[in-house]
Amino acid sequence: MSAPPPRLPPPSGAWGARAVTVRYGHRLALDQVTFQALPGQVSAVVGGDGAGRTTLLRCLSGAIAPGGGTVARPARIQVGYLSAGSGTYPDLTVAENLAFRAAAYQIPAAAAGPRIREYLVRAGLADARDRLAGQLSGGMGQKLGVIAAMLHHPALLILDEPTTGVDPVSRADLWSLIARAAAEGAAVVFSTSYLDEAERAAHVLILAEGRELAAGSPGQIAAAMPGRLWVTGTRPAGPARARSWRRDGRWRVWQPEGDRDAAGRFGDPVQPDLQDAVTVAILTRELDGDCTGDRDRSGGDPAPAPSAREGR
Amino acid sequence: MKDNSPLAECLAVSRRFGRSAAVDGVDLRLDRGEVVGLLGANGAGKTTLIRVLLGLLSPTAGQVRLFGGPPSRPARRRVGYVPQTLGLYDDLTPAENLAFSASVFGRGSQAELPGSLRGYRRVLVGDLPLGVQRQVAFTEALAHRPDLLILDEPTSGVDPLARARLWETITNAARAGAGVLVTTHYMDEAGECGRLVIMAAGRVVATGTAAEIVGDAQVSVVETGAWAAAFAALEAAGLPVALAGRALRVPGVSPATVRQALGPVAARVSQVPATLEERFFQITAAGRGSEADRAAR
Repeated sequence: MSAPPPRLPPPSGAWGARAVTVRYGHRLALDQVTFQALPGQVSAVVGGDGAGRTTLLRCLSGAIAPGGGTVARPARIQVGYLSAGSGTYPDLTVAENLAFRAAAYQIPAAAAGPRIREYLVRAGLADARDRLAGQLSGGMGQKLGVIAAMLHHPALLILDEPTTGVDPVSRADLWSLIARAAAEGAAVVFSTSYLDEAERAAHVLILAEGRELAAGSPGQIAAAMPGRLWVTGTRPAGPARARSWRRDGRWRVWQPEGDRDAAGRFGDPVQPDLQDAVTVAILTRELDGDCTGDRDRSGGDPAPAPSAREGR
Repeated sequence: MKDNSPLAECLAVSRRFGRSAAVDGVDLRLDRGEVVGLLGANGAGKTTLIRVLLGLLSPTAGQVRLFGGPPSRPARRRVGYVPQTLGLYDDLTPAENLAFSASVFGRGSQAELPGSLRGYRRVLVGDLPLGVQRQVAFTEALAHRPDLLILDEPTSGVDPLARARLWETITNAARAGAGVLVTTHYMDEAGECGRLVIMAAGRVVATGTAAEIVGDAQVSVVETGAWAAAFAALEAAGLPVALAGRALRVPGVSPATVRQALGPVAARVSQVPATLEERFFQITAAGRGSEADRAAR
């Protein structure tokens, strides 16, 4: 395949957002969020409905300007962006969509042809070249969207929920494309609600209601879980009941630091993984009754400006 | 009905649409108190099989038994079904949805909303987060104490704690004696199922517990400082390589073959047991067909 065009490295070693705040009217969509995307690496932004994933990705892409904080991103032509939903033209065929994209990004025809063929084969779409994009299944449409976004070898590839609603087989194809883009040197950022997917990223940011719930490599986030975790066959009684949840047909019991209820142990100790750590973070917020109010943000971040605290 | 008779049964069931068979010679049995996970890619035939089982589609061959008889309307009343689309009314509140369903099923009193949902009593379903909508759909499906619960991707798009709670509800229903058939795209939920059935291209290609299905399948793991070069080398050799953090995983390929494909790239290659997801791809790849075939079904 043809050599990728030269990419300028990010000025400070990483693309990303620093202490970014975004408001939609009175609603605070992002509150002092920091996120880094390194070249040659896959980073994940994870969160449920309304967590702020799409807003953060739109900031990174330059589609919206944050009300506070800074964003480091390459020139527009060096950004590849797939919005949640699709990002392809339903009335054009698969091949026409990609030819259009190649022309828009000024990829020379001699380079575009082989590159399109290679990506289509890799994604299992080679037989679908002449089908209308609007008639593709969800997974096939998402794969086309990802190919279109990475076709010009962007320095920063931003994919908003590329795998939502996609079956496991197409998810694997999408992952192969994502890995390919990172192997070619792009800083890849994708958002997802699947934690098993986030486990495969080098760097993960967990968002909840516009704020950082956790960040780091999956291993770092798991290791930073406060307290201890147990696994047992039956749900415990007493206060521990509210701190237990099902997983793999058994019960996980979380014991906060300094918990004195435990006359020892709740079962067998278990090493937490990313999913456990995130579950504990969600549970902690819930137990604190703190889904909308202030939290202790003693992590070194400057306190949010007073204006950013309105509307909570 | 005797207690050991199956709640639902498919015997050599096929369902064709034109020339293609969406479901092709499937045998399936579901007993009381059992949670069976139905796994497969889109187009594998899972939803068609569920529709045949419910009597919403008639099989083109084979036999379907629901509570020992044909899947009639009275038999369907004993089923709780949550489709992927949830089947709730967006412009009614959770309580109004439950009241409506209670009147349709001919129950005098409507189901109580679980404690975690009471705060949403007056919010329209369309304005609720997806996880909460799923809880409402579950409450509705369970309200008439069904003997058989059929759940099509019940945990899609839900945070891990909400997922754990949905599984608690599913397990409690099974413990109370209901049979549960559940489709999911999350392989890590397979541990909640007593038995798994994997479909590909309309057929059942594997069945058993997760451990039985994974068996002794192995994966080569490549750890290297030069993952991009290793990735390119393995892809160029046509091997099925997947990225995991900064390591690469190559299912079903021996470390020796991987080392050979890596050529001059310095790397540590080891072998570990496959995950269910990796085994799933190996099993389903054989019966997968092209994307275009799958989508055309």
